[in-house]
Amino acid sequence: MNRIDEVFSRKKKGVLNIYFTAGYPKINDTLRIARTLEAAGVDIIEIGIPYSDPIADGPTIQDSSQKALDAGMSLKLLMRQLQDLRKHIKIPVILMGYINPVLQYGFTKFCQDCKEVGIDGVILPDLPMQEYAEMYQVTFEEYGIYNIFLMTPLTSEKRVLQINEASKGFIYMVSSASITGAKQEVSQAQIDYFERIQKMNLSVQRLIGFGISNKETFDNACQYASGAIIGSAFINQLNKDDSDEAITSFVGSIINP
Amino acid sequence: MITKENYKVNSKGYYGKFGGAYVPEMLLPNILELQENYLEITSRPSFKKEFDYLLKDYVGRPTPLYLAQRMSEKYQAQIFLKREDLCHTGAHKVNNTIGQILLAKALNKKKIIAETGAGQHGVATATVCALMGMECIIYMGAVDMVRQRPNVERMKILGAEIRAAESGSKTLKDATNEAMRHWINHPTDTHYIIGSVVGPHPYPDLVARFQSVISEEIKYQLNEQIGRDHPDMVIACVGGGSNAAGAFYHYLDRPEVQLIAAEAAGLGIDNKKSAATTFLGTEGVLHGSKTLLMQTADGQVTEPYSISAGLDYPGIGPIHAHLFDSGRAHFCAVTDEEAMHAGIDLSRLEGIIPAIETAHAISALDKIEVKDKVVVINVSGRGDKDLDTYITWGKY
Ligand SMILES: Cc1ncc(COP(=O)(O)O)c(C=O)c1O
Repeated sequence: MNRIDEVFSRKKKGVLNIYFTAGYPKINDTLRIARTLEAAGVDIIEIGIPYSDPIADGPTIQDSSQKALDAGMSLKLLMRQLQDLRKHIKIPVILMGYINPVLQYGFTKFCQDCKEVGIDGVILPDLPMQEYAEMYQVTFEEYGIYNIFLMTPLTSEKRVLQINEASKGFIYMVSSASITGAKQEVSQAQIDYFERIQKMNLSVQRLIGFGISNKETFDNACQYASGAIIGSAFINQLNKDDSDEAITSFVGSIINP
Repeated sequence: MITKENYKVNSKGYYGKFGGAYVPEMLLPNILELQENYLEITSRPSFKKEFDYLLKDYVGRPTPLYLAQRMSEKYQAQIFLKREDLCHTGAHKVNNTIGQILLAKALNKKKIIAETGAGQHGVATATVCALMGMECIIYMGAVDMVRQRPNVERMKILGAEIRAAESGSKTLKDATNEAMRHWINHPTDTHYIIGSVVGPHPYPDLVARFQSVISEEIKYQLNEQIGRDHPDMVIACVGGGSNAAGAFYHYLDRPEVQLIAAEAAGLGIDNKKSAATTFLGTEGVLHGSKTLLMQTADGQVTEPYSISAGLDYPGIGPIHAHLFDSGRAHFCAVTDEEAMHAGIDLSRLEGIIPAIETAHAISALDKIEVKDKVVVINVSGRGDKDLDTYITWGKY
């Protein structure tokens, strides 16, 4: 069973997925941060592959990506850092990145190496469904890697159903029409959208991401989905203090009652 | 031997293996809206009528096709200059911005955003926004804003708001990223006017169609002047490739016409400081389409270099990647130095100071055999904006 499915089979509410950029703040931090997150009680880890032109990302993640690249981070190095991933970490690990570095790495080799190190899914926001279905789906499936699709408030109902059909693991429900970035609250328009999608009774689990920044926004999102994803707010935390204790207490501030 | 093939976009948005729409889901509604409507809207008689009217009475079309006598003597060929430099705002860019703002209006959009490198596309966009009374935001790399001060002021005079792109390398590719991010954040009321045949489908085709007026005019103008509708050769410079796409468009499926694309080699193709994408680039995805681009082995987009800000882009439009890949077009790499000399040459022989982008196309005459041929060179823009660069270079 894919580890992502395993998580959702035992946990239907309050699933916490945390994103961080590979090789940030220090180039060798990738595995340390992942281990600390797991120990702190996170359910899913999402590791960003740094890219020079991340068009779906706001300033926080752009900045972490650029610094990681400047320090010498690359997809090749990330795969090496993750060589012993499964000796240390049991929870699902997802790679998030843009299609170009993956194409240069070699798409088949990417899937092969993901499988080898124990990656469960990937999120490639600029790989749309049409291209996925025509050119990439077969390889993803051959290696058992889940491709996670996004939906947004503007995704048509017809398309939401198509995404549900094509999805495995979970659907990444982008909380508002925006790029990534921490926000302080959830608006009424967002709640309307969450409720609209909730009523569609999709067969695939949903995690809400973009703008989730603290306990309040996390709990709010969890009312409408199986859980939520925190990215920029966690990077902001790393910028303030990236010690194991600080990471543990950040996670605690979100999941502890 | 060139086989008869279709070089235009297919129904899925591809040119051969290049093109497509590699955009995040957040942009997809906008892209789908364009894909589903652009052909219908642009073929409406009312759209065509207004487009043609504005190109004629506002832009000043048709632009002349001028037989350059002294240049022809020098190269022992019949060299015609397609005078896009005489368009309002000084370059071909306005053909596209007129078309796109009419499309934006038909789609009920209230605001316009655009990216710009040298500022030519920004000026052409600010111009049509003033013409239509629409709000206009232009993203420009912070580094380019310093290099292209006069165009920044021109855009401001025209009422546009200029926003500095401070991310990445702070140049054209980053301005494009910022414009795309802005569009993600403002998806419903805003239209993004892309400045070249780049970006996700349908942009490359949309822009090529608006620019195709260039070769449409060349056909009948040549017919009037030499009694046949095609030259032996069309030469154009390629940044993203919009003026070249327009000049090639109606000859794409005419194998008797050689298509020559001049890329900016900067300090040379064996030097890191270059923008010659077909020589130095590899396949990948940039700004929403699969194409050739300059990148590291790890897939990070690299910063190009050219003395000409309008050619200083790390990719080319997917149509050109396909023309290169299929051998339909011949690409040559022109260095800064060669282009500057060619610019002076045209100034002295014909009294036309070209944009430095265009000067790259002129220089191609020295790189290919043109003797006894009928050649059309697309003079994409005038050199007014480049006076500082000519002065700094100084060898005239
Ligand atoms: C005069 C001129 N020619 C050519 C270009 C290059 O663009 P494209 O390759 O899209 O024609 C520019 C871009 O700014 C320009 O200003």
